[in-house]
Amino acid sequence: MNFETIMFYVFAALIIFSALRVITAHNPVHAVLFLVLAFISSAGIWILLEAEFLAITLVLVYVGAVMVLFLFVVMMLDINLVRLREGIWRWLPFGAALAGLMAFEMIWVLGSSGTSGGKVAIKHAADYSNTKELGRLIYTEYVYPFEIAAVLLLVAMVAAIALTLRRRKDSKSQVVAEQVAVKKADRLRIVKMQAESRESGK
Amino acid sequence: MMELLQTLQQLGQELLGPAWLPVWTVVKIMVVTVPIMLTVAYLTLAERKVIGYMQIRIGPNRVGPYGLIQPLADGLKLLFKEIIIPSNSNKFLFIAAPILGLAPSLAAWAVMPFSDGMVIADLNAGLLYILAMTSLAVYGIIIAGWASNSKYAFLGAVRSAAQIVSYEIAMGFALVCVLMASQSMNLGDIVKGQQGSLGMLDWYLIPLFPMFLVYLISGVAETNRAPFDMAEGESEIVAGFHVEYSGMAFAMFFLAEYANMILIAFLTSIMFLGGWLSPVPFLPDSFIWLLGKASFILFLFLWFRATFPRYRYDQLMRLGWKVFIPLTIVWVVVVAAWMQTPLWVW
Repeated sequence: MNFETIMFYVFAALIIFSALRVITAHNPVHAVLFLVLAFISSAGIWILLEAEFLAITLVLVYVGAVMVLFLFVVMMLDINLVRLREGIWRWLPFGAALAGLMAFEMIWVLGSSGTSGGKVAIKHAADYSNTKELGRLIYTEYVYPFEIAAVLLLVAMVAAIALTLRRRKDSKSQVVAEQVAVKKADRLRIVKMQAESRESGK
Repeated sequence: MMELLQTLQQLGQELLGPAWLPVWTVVKIMVVTVPIMLTVAYLTLAERKVIGYMQIRIGPNRVGPYGLIQPLADGLKLLFKEIIIPSNSNKFLFIAAPILGLAPSLAAWAVMPFSDGMVIADLNAGLLYILAMTSLAVYGIIIAGWASNSKYAFLGAVRSAAQIVSYEIAMGFALVCVLMASQSMNLGDIVKGQQGSLGMLDWYLIPLFPMFLVYLISGVAETNRAPFDMAEGESEIVAGFHVEYSGMAFAMFFLAEYANMILIAFLTSIMFLGGWLSPVPFLPDSFIWLLGKASFILFLFLWFRATFPRYRYDQLMRLGWKVFIPLTIVWVVVVAAWMQTPLWVW
C-alpha cells in the first residue's frame, strides 16, 4: 500500500464520518462545521486525483464563501432542537428510500464505465497545468453548455433577489453624492452681533 | 550557498534515507515560520513606535534600549496569564477558534516565492491557493464570536463575516487582472512576468494601478485593520469577537492579525511591485528588495491606523459593493481589451 492509497482511505473515512455527523449532530452550528470538514476532505481526494484546480476552487468557493454565509445564517437562528427532532421516525422511510435511490444511481453510473475497478486517473508531468487545460476546454469545446449554465445561474440570481426584495416605505437611506457636495454655507450661518459689555447685561 | 544546501541534502539523504524528505520539509517550514513569528513580535513594537512618533509621543522605551525587548515582555506577560473559559461557552470551539484563525495565515506561506525558485511548494495554482487560504481565516473569527456566547463577541463575528465575504470578491477580481496580465497562477511566474529592461516600469503596478489600490485597501479590510476594524470596534462593541479571550488564546488572535498583515504585504509586493526584482535596471535582483517592498506596505498599514478614523459599517459595505466591485469588473474588461492591442507592453 503506497502513501496515496493511505491518504485516500484517510480522506474517505473523514468524509463519511463528517457527513454522518452533519445529520446526527445536535447543534446546527456543529453540523455546518462538519459539513466544512467534509468539503475539505473531498478537496483532499481531488488533490490525490491531480485535480488541483477543482480542489482549491472547492475550498475557495464552498468553504471560503458559501459555508461562511451558511454559518452566518445558522448562528443567528433560534432553533428549537426538540421540535426539529420530532418527525424523525415519520420521515425516516422517505429519507432512506431517497438515499437508496441515490446510492443505486451512483453505483449504476460509476460501475458501468467498463473496467470493474473503475477508471484510473491519468498521471501527468509536474508542469502540466490543469487550470489552463480546463479553461481551454470550457471556452472551446464546451462553450455553449458553459454559457447556458452561466445564464441559468444569472437568472436564478435575479429571481432570488426579485423574490426577496421588498421596499419598505419607512426605510431611510443617505444620498452620498449630496453629502459629499455639501458646502459650508448650507450648514453654517454666521451671525454678526455687537460685543456686549458687562454693565449692559444687567 | 546553493552548493552548501546541495551537500546538506546529500548528507541527509544518506543518513536518513526515505525519512529525509519529511525532515527536510519540516526544516524548510521552520525556516519560513520562525522569522514570520519574530517579525510579528517586532511589528507590534514597530506599530507602537511608529504611531507614537506620528502622535508626537515616544512609544515604549522602558524595556531594553529603545524598548527593543518590549515584545518579549508582552509575550511573557500573556503567557503567564490565566485563560478564562466562560462557563456557558462551547468549550471545544472556544479553544479551537484561535488555532483556526492562525493556521491559514501561516499555511498560505507555503507557496510564497522569496526569490527565484526559493519556495516551499512550487504550486501551479498558487494564486488560487492563496485566495483559498486567506478566505479560511474568517472561520477563526466567526467561531470565536459564536462559541463565546456573548452579545458583543457575536456582533463582532457577524460584522466580520459580512465584511470579509464582501471584500473577498473585490480582491478576487483584482487578482483576476494580475492573472490575465501574467497568464499564470504560479506566484514565481507572476514575478518573472514583471521582469524587463526598464526595471520599475515593467511592474504590474503601472497597467493595473486601480487594482493595486483596490487590493491594498481590501487587504486592510480582510485583515480587520483600522480603519476597517469593525469586528473589534472597541468604541461600540468593546473588543468584538475576542472580548471573552484572555492570555495566550487572545495572543493567538493577535498573532493571526499581524501574520495576515505580513502576508498581504508580501502578496502585494509580489503581484504588483515585482517581488524580488530590482526597481532600477543597474542593481541586481535580490530577496532584499522583496523585504523592502513588504516593509513599505507594512508601514502603510501602520500609517493608515494612525491617520484614519474608523469607517461606519454602512460606509464600509458601500465602498465594497458599490465602488470596488464595479471598478474591478470594469478593469477586468479593460485589461482584456488592452491585451489584444499592441499598446500592451507588459
